[in-house]
Amino acid sequence: MSGGVDSSVAAAVMKDAGHDVMGVTLKLWSGPRGEAPTAGCCTVSDAEDARRVAAQLDIPYYVLDHTEDFRDGVVDRFVADYASGRTPNPCIECNRTVKFDRLLARLDDFQCDVLVTGHHARTRLVDGSWQLIRGRDAAKDQSYVLSMLTQDQLSRTRFPVGELTKQEVRRMATGMGMRTAHKPESMDICFVGRRDYRRFLRDVAPDAFSPGSVVDGDGNQIGTHEGIADFTVGQRRGLGIAVGEPRFVIRIEGDTSTVVVGPRGDLGVSGAALAQVTWTDGAWREGRVMAQYRAHGEPVPASIQGSALSFAEPQEAIAPGQTVAFYDEDVVVGGALIASTA
Amino acid sequence: MRPEVWEAMSPYSGDVFGNPSGVHGVSRTAKNALEDAREQIAELIGAKPMEIVFTSGGTESDNLAIKGAVLNSSERRGLVTSAIEHEAVLETADFLERLGRPVTTVGVDSQGRVDPSEIGRAVNEDTAVVSVMMVNNETGTVQDITEISTVVKSVNPDTLVHTDAVQAFGCEEVDVDSLGLDLLTISAHKFGGPKGSGILYVRDGTTLEPVLHGGGQELGRRSGTNDVASAVGIATAVKLAIDDRERFETEVRAVRDHMESRLVGEIEDLVVNTPETGRSSHHLNVRVPGVRNETLLMLLDQRGVAASAGSACQSGAATVSHVLEAMGLTPDQARESVRFTFGWTSTQDEADEAADIVKDLVGRLR
Repeated sequence: MSGGVDSSVAAAVMKDAGHDVMGVTLKLWSGPRGEAPTAGCCTVSDAEDARRVAAQLDIPYYVLDHTEDFRDGVVDRFVADYASGRTPNPCIECNRTVKFDRLLARLDDFQCDVLVTGHHARTRLVDGSWQLIRGRDAAKDQSYVLSMLTQDQLSRTRFPVGELTKQEVRRMATGMGMRTAHKPESMDICFVGRRDYRRFLRDVAPDAFSPGSVVDGDGNQIGTHEGIADFTVGQRRGLGIAVGEPRFVIRIEGDTSTVVVGPRGDLGVSGAALAQVTWTDGAWREGRVMAQYRAHGEPVPASIQGSALSFAEPQEAIAPGQTVAFYDEDVVVGGALIASTA
Repeated sequence: MRPEVWEAMSPYSGDVFGNPSGVHGVSRTAKNALEDAREQIAELIGAKPMEIVFTSGGTESDNLAIKGAVLNSSERRGLVTSAIEHEAVLETADFLERLGRPVTTVGVDSQGRVDPSEIGRAVNEDTAVVSVMMVNNETGTVQDITEISTVVKSVNPDTLVHTDAVQAFGCEEVDVDSLGLDLLTISAHKFGGPKGSGILYVRDGTTLEPVLHGGGQELGRRSGTNDVASAVGIATAVKLAIDDRERFETEVRAVRDHMESRLVGEIEDLVVNTPETGRSSHHLNVRVPGVRNETLLMLLDQRGVAASAGSACQSGAATVSHVLEAMGLTPDQARESVRFTFGWTSTQDEADEAADIVKDLVGRLR
């Protein structure tokens, strides 16, 4: 329970269905002096909202300390990725390494059968195999950030809110008089808060910022920069160069601390090398697939050969570190990290 | 709360609503009750009435004792304390250090015990106050406060000696003269009194810089309108706790010892963190290798057993115990440790039931 409306309603739905429900909030992050975050999600006031909702539902409620897991699996990785020119998605890494790994591993100890979250996604058991399906509310669908889940993980996970639209979720919460009914959605990265993430990186990893060159597609130096962690692929602002035509970050070369810029036409990517590939049903796929590389992007036709992905049409602004989710209609068939682009 | 305490307090939250500092008839009634409470407490701990300052509890008393001593004295600027103190002391020490005051934190041995001679070596002519708790809240380790105050005064007679006796009062004999104390903290809810009520004993002739400045109540040592009901409550509870002390010391100790021997006998590899000797009658801190305390505490709660570990942070997550770390346990060992605290109502049947549940849960978790 994050203290938001979705997980509040998820707990209520399970309780109404007659299950024994226990609410937990994960403590994932605290500042250098151990202080709890006050901005972003997972703040003390969010935990307080979760606690009060649990009390209203008359279920036990606990705060679990996963700060070390989160630091190792999410924050350190976030910093290392930016420092080497990749664009990480920390929410996906949190799902992969904390929620659906370290927390899920504790279910037996808690004497619980399933982990329930407030994600907008659905699961179905079809012919003995678990499917992960987009949430009913297409605009709120979160199946992309869950695309790394395996059969084992899906079998022990439930997403009751995925069967509802966001409007229905809010209506149910309002009907139950929940304090979280009208709470706005959190858009921040929880450990960065409302700051620019570049400020966060400068604070925690000043070494990630070493000056380097800004070059054009032919390798000619056209400027300098203060550190590659200031840049993401596709970025247009803040390049520190003044030329007639708009320029975009095409590529970031971590080993030489070089930022390559070029006109929009150079942003196209025809394919990618994949890492950490998961196939939902466990069987490796080859050939045609629909690939979605942003949380709320449209899937595009692509094909897979080994761990190489080729797009039918060049795609703009794809960066190493991003996740790509594979779909068959509304069903997630797998997911992977983009190791490099071509 | 002991029922007699609530009964004694309730008129002062109802009909007798006067402000004891006022000049009206109803104020005089309230003032009488406040001063009766003060005299009663003073007599029971071997103090004079004007040496008792009413506060909002242990945290405030610790803050007033330590900040009050360090910030008052222009000749002596420093604090000496131990690594196993309550956060109310350790965070106050941290604050004073940030103000540039010299702070020395003395370590403890594997039993959680402070060596008085090490305290003596840490004290110098610049030491304003020494603060060492009488009974540790996590392990029940008892410190030799008399020896500590003797050593401190032999090094610097002007250094004040404070003890946080929040966990000790009601089971240890607390007499300020025989302990050689200048300052002593007590909190009412630990012995059947109301929450948010405490006292600081301040030896006659000791001046403190107040923490709360204002209208000058409590002889200027603690401004703010007195909570008369709370003062009557703590005075009643002090009396009842002292009357009950011998029974508590033998009966509650027997209940604690019973649970300890059951856990030691029935749970393989269980380690008792509470020291073998020099221990309070009502604490039991144990380590269950291979079992994460966070999980065990959750499951205990669901079975109706209220145990704890470390101290709770604001969000409610358990933190690694600084006390156990100071005793030499690794963070992982501290995360396997849980604390059971017994009170004036604890019975052997309850201890048996709790031991059965702990044993059952540990069996499942292993």
